[in-house]
Amino acid sequence: MTTALKTNTLTLVQAVNDGLKTMLQENESVILLGEDIGKNGGVFRATDGLVDEFGEDRVIDTPLSEAGFTGAAIGMAINGFRPVIEIQFLGFIYPAFEQIMTHATRMRSRTLGHFTVPMVIRAPYGAGVRAPEIHCDSTEALFTHMPGIKVVCPSSPYDAKGLLIAAIEDPDPVLFLEPMRCYRSVREDVPEGKYTVEIGKGKRLYEGDDVTVIAWGAMVPVAMKAVEEAKKKGIQADLIDLRTLYPLDKDLIAESVQKTGRTVIVQEAHMTGGVANDILAVINDTSFLYQKAPVERVTGFDSPVPFFSYEDEYLPSPERVLAAIEKVVKF
Amino acid sequence: MENQFPLIQVMDNEGNLVSNEYRNEITKELVLSFYRHLIRTRVFDRKCVSLQRQGRIGTYAPFEGQEASQVGSALALNENDWMFPTYRDHGASMTFGHSLLNILLFWNGRNEGCVPPEGKKILPPSVPIATQIPHAAGAAFAEKKKGTQNAAIVYFGDGATSEGDFHEGLNFASVFHAPVIFFNQNNQYAISVPISRQMKSKTIAQKALAYDIDGVRVDGNDIFAVYFETKKALERARKGEGPTLIEAVTWRYGAHTTADDPTKYRDQEESNKKREQIDPILRLERFMKNEGWFDEGWVNKVKEEVTKEIDQAVLELDNYPNADMDNVFNHVFAEPTWTIEHQSKAYFAWKRGEMA
Repeated sequence: MTTALKTNTLTLVQAVNDGLKTMLQENESVILLGEDIGKNGGVFRATDGLVDEFGEDRVIDTPLSEAGFTGAAIGMAINGFRPVIEIQFLGFIYPAFEQIMTHATRMRSRTLGHFTVPMVIRAPYGAGVRAPEIHCDSTEALFTHMPGIKVVCPSSPYDAKGLLIAAIEDPDPVLFLEPMRCYRSVREDVPEGKYTVEIGKGKRLYEGDDVTVIAWGAMVPVAMKAVEEAKKKGIQADLIDLRTLYPLDKDLIAESVQKTGRTVIVQEAHMTGGVANDILAVINDTSFLYQKAPVERVTGFDSPVPFFSYEDEYLPSPERVLAAIEKVVKF
Repeated sequence: MENQFPLIQVMDNEGNLVSNEYRNEITKELVLSFYRHLIRTRVFDRKCVSLQRQGRIGTYAPFEGQEASQVGSALALNENDWMFPTYRDHGASMTFGHSLLNILLFWNGRNEGCVPPEGKKILPPSVPIATQIPHAAGAAFAEKKKGTQNAAIVYFGDGATSEGDFHEGLNFASVFHAPVIFFNQNNQYAISVPISRQMKSKTIAQKALAYDIDGVRVDGNDIFAVYFETKKALERARKGEGPTLIEAVTWRYGAHTTADDPTKYRDQEESNKKREQIDPILRLERFMKNEGWFDEGWVNKVKEEVTKEIDQAVLELDNYPNADMDNVFNHVFAEPTWTIEHQSKAYFAWKRGEMA
């Protein structure tokens, strides 16, 4: 028997706000730091109203200093707080790269678990909203490659709130990527109060036997459109929303690709060194003998994310995904 | 610290000279040139805001209110100097000779907008905060190594002084006596965060002390103070006396960008009231009137001329060829790697309706 929960219809960015609010209420040690997150409520309004409710002691506008406040959050995390920091856009995280790479991710292993860094780094990412340059990066693979940090990337409001709460409660650092293209594109019923979505678990959005399509974040709606088009052509796809990029949901991937034997991976980021390659490795390691066609990757190109006049061509589109689906099915 | 780094004014808000140091250099010709550039930058800035509202360019960062800082400092440069602007400094870059069309292309999401006119050492606007500061130190250091008299100027805001790159750039330039001007426009807000929350320091100029370089604090809405102090700093730099940090105290009237709503974090009524008092253009007009140099006919002619020039650039923008994906593939390396070649081939095959 389940208890009916009260729900609200929220966008993804509202669900993030709701998740932060829930945890600020729930846990005194949760503290938010970032640029323009106070009065301004964040440039995307993800922290809207939180400074009014929880005060400037817990919702802190920092100086313009990504390395500084990321490093300070590490210090707070090792000293009893649960900092949730906001990097305004993923493209602005690079000054903090050193703090994450050389400290946040390896404090636990260096000290054999004596010091730990339970912090969350939130960052909107991705192209497709006509934003200025550097505001469009999707460099998740720089972080999935780092040992010692989990990388999470929801595509829906429900998952965003549940995964954010799970990330805040996680004993280790978590990079929480928010697809800005999905911030306000869909609404969904989101339960009030606390619930979690398990880190490391993907979700099957469509069920089909002909082909597996794997996507995450802003590419989920793109893949979904392609899968719906494929359905009209009689191709039934399993669509998997990965939700967590490190650690990958090996079991879900294996189960699906063993059933279909054909896979298309949709990745917004540059092709070389991307998460798609790690998914390929999972398929190779778990399901090599089940494969009926080479895996297709639909990705961005090995160029810096171009200025927005070029971004529609740079980004994987439903048409490109559909063509890849047909290619692997006809192989 | 405010005593040690007093705000340098040459002209007060009423347009009266408060210092006679530059009296003889303030010629009618110079003043009219200042005025023309101020009007040109303001008309351009407003045009861009309106183009953004019409959806004809993307998100835009307005600089209205900061024209004297940008025009005054840009006019102090020599032809062969280097300029490292941010995304809010196209008032400076257009004054230094950037193409209006290319500035518009930048805001229209085209890489072509990052290309300066032939021979102009103007870098693309730097988007990540303070990251361009060490570049200017390096370019200036290179000029010094080559034995030229050329210098570099780098623009950045108050928020940028909180970034590590600001401090690293200043220290590098200080150690190597690089001929660089660190030109800070302190418009007192980093998006929503006021300077009181950005730093405890009373001035930005005082940050020069830590690096043992010259630090100067000027009224950034006083084009005379900006121009003459920047020129002095450049002369010191050219003589091998090292870098200068200039803090130009100014104010942005509007939003951080067209995607920002300043009423969320400050009283915009107050901001508009400031216009009457401190506006850099009104102030120069008052000076011109005091001197008997304000000729309405000439002013209208200037406005017509700059409007025509800007409209022409907008027309060129509207008629500009569509984005060409070759630009995305062909300039990542001098010679494309096999990965890019493969991706480019697949992309164009796909566009032709063939699967690669």
